[in-house]
Formats: sequence, C-alpha cells, structure tokens
Amino acid sequence: MRLHEYQAKNVFADAGIPVPESHLATSVDEVVEAVADIGFPAAIKAQVHVGGRGKAGGIKIATSEEEAEQYAEEILGMDLKGYTVEKVLVEAGVDFENELYVGITMDRSAGEPVAMVSTEGGVDIESVAEETPEAIAREHIDPAFGLHPYQARKAVYDAGIPKDVAGDVASILSTLYDLYESKDASEIEINPVMITSDREVVAADAVMNIDEDALFRQPDLAEMEDEAAEDELEQKANEYGFDYVRLSGNVGIIGNGAGLVMTTLDLVDYYGGEPANFLDIGGGAKAERVANALDMVFSDENVDAVVFNIFGGITRGDEVAKGINEALGQFDEIPKKVVVRLAGTNAEEGMEILNTDLVDVEATLEDAVQQAVENAQEASQ
Amino acid sequence: MSIFVDDDTRVVVQGITGGEGKFHTEQMMEYGTNVVAGAVPGKGGQEVAGVPVYDTVDQAVEAEDADASVVFVPPAFAGDAVFEALDTDLDLVVAITEGIPTQDMAKVNKRLSETDTRLIGPNCPGIITPGEAKLGILPGNIFESGNVGLVSRSGTLTYQVVSNLTDRGIGQTTAIGIGGDPIIGTSFVDALEAFENDPDTHAVVMCGEIGGEDEEQAAKFIAENMDTPVAGFIAGRTAPPGKRMGHAGAIVSGSGTGTAESKINALNDAGVPVGDTPNEVADHIEDFL
Repeated sequence: MRLHEYQAKNVFADAGIPVPESHLATSVDEVVEAVADIGFPAAIKAQVHVGGRGKAGGIKIATSEEEAEQYAEEILGMDLKGYTVEKVLVEAGVDFENELYVGITMDRSAGEPVAMVSTEGGVDIESVAEETPEAIAREHIDPAFGLHPYQARKAVYDAGIPKDVAGDVASILSTLYDLYESKDASEIEINPVMITSDREVVAADAVMNIDEDALFRQPDLAEMEDEAAEDELEQKANEYGFDYVRLSGNVGIIGNGAGLVMTTLDLVDYYGGEPANFLDIGGGAKAERVANALDMVFSDENVDAVVFNIFGGITRGDEVAKGINEALGQFDEIPKKVVVRLAGTNAEEGMEILNTDLVDVEATLEDAVQQAVENAQEASQ
Repeated sequence: MSIFVDDDTRVVVQGITGGEGKFHTEQMMEYGTNVVAGAVPGKGGQEVAGVPVYDTVDQAVEAEDADASVVFVPPAFAGDAVFEALDTDLDLVVAITEGIPTQDMAKVNKRLSETDTRLIGPNCPGIITPGEAKLGILPGNIFESGNVGLVSRSGTLTYQVVSNLTDRGIGQTTAIGIGGDPIIGTSFVDALEAFENDPDTHAVVMCGEIGGEDEEQAAKFIAENMDTPVAGFIAGRTAPPGKRMGHAGAIVSGSGTGTAESKINALNDAGVPVGDTPNEVADHIEDFL
C-alpha cells in the first residue's frame, strides 16, 4: 500500500522530521484559503501515485492568489497519466540551496534492508544509481539490531553531506529507519531533503510504502487504506479481499493463484488481446467469492469479455462450477460473455455441471484465452 | 532418486490442529508421507489423524525423531514458528503460510544464515517427490514419477505445467514451489544445483515471475554450472510497473528492474529456451528427453 504524499508527511511530522507547513485541499476555494494562511510562494501538488508528477504538470508554484486560483483550477480534476486528481497538497515554498536524497528499502537479494544517502537529490534516484552508483552511500542493516547510530553517521559522511548539516541528516535517517521498522514499511524515502538558505533540513517530498501483509498489526495505517486507493474498483477489491490490479485493456480475467493469473494475462496479450485486469480469487472459490469476482469485472466499463481460469489443486472444480452457475443465474441477461476453463481436481465433474447457456466452456488454457480474445474483439466492434 | 524429500523423511506438522493443518496432514498421509507428529502450543497430548501432538517442536522432534517440518501457522505467528523450527536443528522446514510480514522474514532469513537447515517458502505450495512423499498442499494426483525436476515461484502455475508434462507421459523426480514472497529460503539456484547433482533428473523446468533478480542469478548459474538442460517460463510479461501482482514479491520496480523481459533475455542468453505458453515449455522438455 502506497501512502499519498500528504499521508506520509503526516507520519513523518509526527515522528519529528521537519516538513514544510501545508494544507490538503479538494476545491479551488480551499486552495485559496490555504495560500492565504501559508503565504507565497506556495507549491500546489497533485496527490496521485504517478511518477514524474512535476513534468506532467501536476506540481505548480504559485506566487500570488491569482496564480494559486489558476493552478488549482488546472490541477484539480486533471487527468494525470490515467488518474483523476481529486486532492492537492498546498505547501509553503522552500528557499533551498541543496537537494539531498535519503531512503531505506528492502534489498531482496541480500534479504535485509539497505539505507541510502546521496547529495544527488531532487532527481530520479534510480537513474543516479544506474549512471553514477558511487554517488549513493549504502549501509546494509542487520534486521536483528536495526540501524546502528554509527551506520547513519557513516552513510552521511560517505555520501559527502555538508558538515554543518550532517548531524541533522543522520538524525533524519535514524528516524526514517525507526519508522521503517515500527510501521512495517517496505520502502521509505525523502527525495529531496532540502537544505534551506538558513542551513535547516526539510523533507520536501515523502514516499512511504507499507507492507500489505503487515496491516493486521498497523491499525492506524490500515485506516488510511481506502484513502490511499487509486479508484473505486481498487477500493471494491479491498472490500472483497481480492488481489486486484486494473489495466487498460478489454478482456476481464479471473483466476486462482498469482502465477497462473499473470500467465493468463500474458496469454491474452500473446493471442492479440489486451488484459483489463489482474484478479486472483485465491483458494476455495465459494459461490459468494465467484459472484463478487464477476461483479468486479462486470462493473469495469472497459471490459468487453471475460475469461475465468481455474486450476484446482485443493480447490474442487465442481464447487467452482456451482459457484459460477449460481452467480450468473442471478442475471436476466449475462452482461458480458464469459469463457470458463477448469482443470485439476474434479474438473471433469465441474465442466459437466457448468450451465452452457450461461458460459462457454473450453478444455485448455490456450483455447479459453483465444475464445475470450475473440469475444472481446466482437463485442467492441 | 529425488531431492530434499523421500519416503524416509519424518515430518512434524506445525499448526496441525487448525483447519488447514488438519486437512493437509490427512492429504499428505494419504499420499504416503511419513507424518510422525504435530506441534501446537497448548495442544500437547492430543491426537490429529492418528498423529500425536506436542506443545513444542523440540518435544515432537525428541519423541518422534522428526527431521522435517511443515508450517501451517497463521501469518501473524508464522515467523515465530519458523524460528522455533530453525532452533530445533531440523534438516528441512517447509513454510506454506502466505502473508508473513516481510520484516519478520528478514529476521528469519538472518537466523537461517546461521544454521544448516534448509527452508522452503514461505508462501509456497511445498515440495513433492512423486510416489514417495509430499510436504505441503500440492495435489498429488497430477504428478507422476519420472525424470524431470521442476522448480517454480508459483503454486497453480506449477500445477498447469506439471499437467502439461504428465499429459504427455513425462514424469517428475521432484517438484518444488519456492514461494512468491520477496524473501524466501531456498532459491532457484539452490534447487537447480540440487537437480544438477541428482543423476535421475534428466531435464529441469524453471517457472519464474516478475520481481527481484533471482531468475537472472539462476541464468548465470545455469550457464556456468549446469549440464542438465533447463527450459523456462516467466509469468508477468504484461505487468505494469509499481503494482503488486498478487504475490508480495511479484512487482516490477519503477526503475524497470524485475521485468519479465530482463529475465527472459537472461535465460535465453544462458541457452535456456523460454516458452510463450506453459504448453511450449512441455514441448522443449520433450525435445530434451
């Protein structure tokens, strides 16, 4: 779960990391009120999870009320790489001399977190890592001990952070690791940390990704989940408890098991179609879950046809078939053509049970996907 | 021959009294697995499926001479359960549980590096040596004994590929699901090395997916160390960056590492053919044999 910038900044501020004064606004009036309070210059920043917000026009600096009003009108409601901007953060502009990078992420290969510090802040850190890896100081963290204070200092000195602010930056890094651990973050990053003309350090941006598997012990963060969701379908998936990702195509996909669902998406693409979503209903697949999954894909306007691909291990094909019949039986008319492929435990029984007035049944994964791609092409014509 | 498990493996089931634990214990025993004990705190003295239950893993190992455990403990407690198993000096621990917080696994991983125990998983379907033993939740009926080793990050995708193989009469020495989490015990390289050293394994299927660099490391290992032919499959070609595709580990990073393309290229460069469909993987294996 990725927090919005304003959510992450609230978490940072509570932990004592300096952040610029700011207000969240959802209307032009609220933006005008906010700048009246904060003064100028003020940054107006779109709150969507899109990389390169600034370049895409999602961040503007207002130097007067007129400009603030104009930018608010431009940004609120704008489409930023497929996402509608509903909230902006109005933030006091910082008069800065340097921009630094500070972050902590999980190094999967090493199996432990790594802290990173660089004087090359304010730019895409991944390109810094690729082009000048020596510009980033790294410290691996033993998860049993946490980040030792000396490691925070070492990272800061190795990165060449100016001496007069080194202590402050090391302190921010230590606080970030405390948050990383106590909030079950998978990634936490400030890019840039700004050094102001008064030689103060301020977190000008905030990235915080939370390990979804740890939300059960992070009730405060779990409450932010709905607000952090990108759209209604993703919110709905949270309610139903599905692993769901929306894509831009028109073939709806339902399956069990992450690897097999990904493979189904890939095959849709391979046979000339475009996947509309990733939806893993998980093990079991009782009638209600099947109905909820169909509701998810049917309510996606982009979907023209659906493929339902189940490989039963412990899940029984006959139970899935009953679930599909029951769920589709509730419709007077099936809104979108559904192709079903069942394999594995009790698959043959399942295929016999399936009501072929409601669904097409195919015996192999390849045939099912090809049929669904054809159905989608016909429906979109 | 086989790798890691056979009909001599003596298994303790952690979480045997839970719904999943009990059901799969029965399934494992029906398949012929030598389940000798269960371990659940506070449930010592009970019996499940005819198997004695102990309060601690240590007691179970002491009393029943177990050398492997399977973990069906819920995610909030599973990290602790794996620690308990590691501290009991078992040869093998198979963690089925999905949804263990990554930071718990980072601590487990640290401890693991200090022991001689092999961990498979977590978030995996387990391991099966057809006709001998299965530790986990894999459906035994789709597997056949034979000469192909299989290692995969995913459960149902494994079943798909296995059924493509079994349908052609191609059986398996051992199949391992290594799990879909960002931090796991046994890696592709570990499994490939074991298959390379198993004289009965004549070809290997490796099913990877987006996220991390394990497949790239496996490709390097294959090129440098393997004579046994390997065919591959990579799931997630159509995954957008920054989105978690079901598995906690299946995510293409914003910078473009962990993509299917990078993994497919690495495998192809190592001489490993990668199927566009699961059925094509079976084609390649048939060509090898």
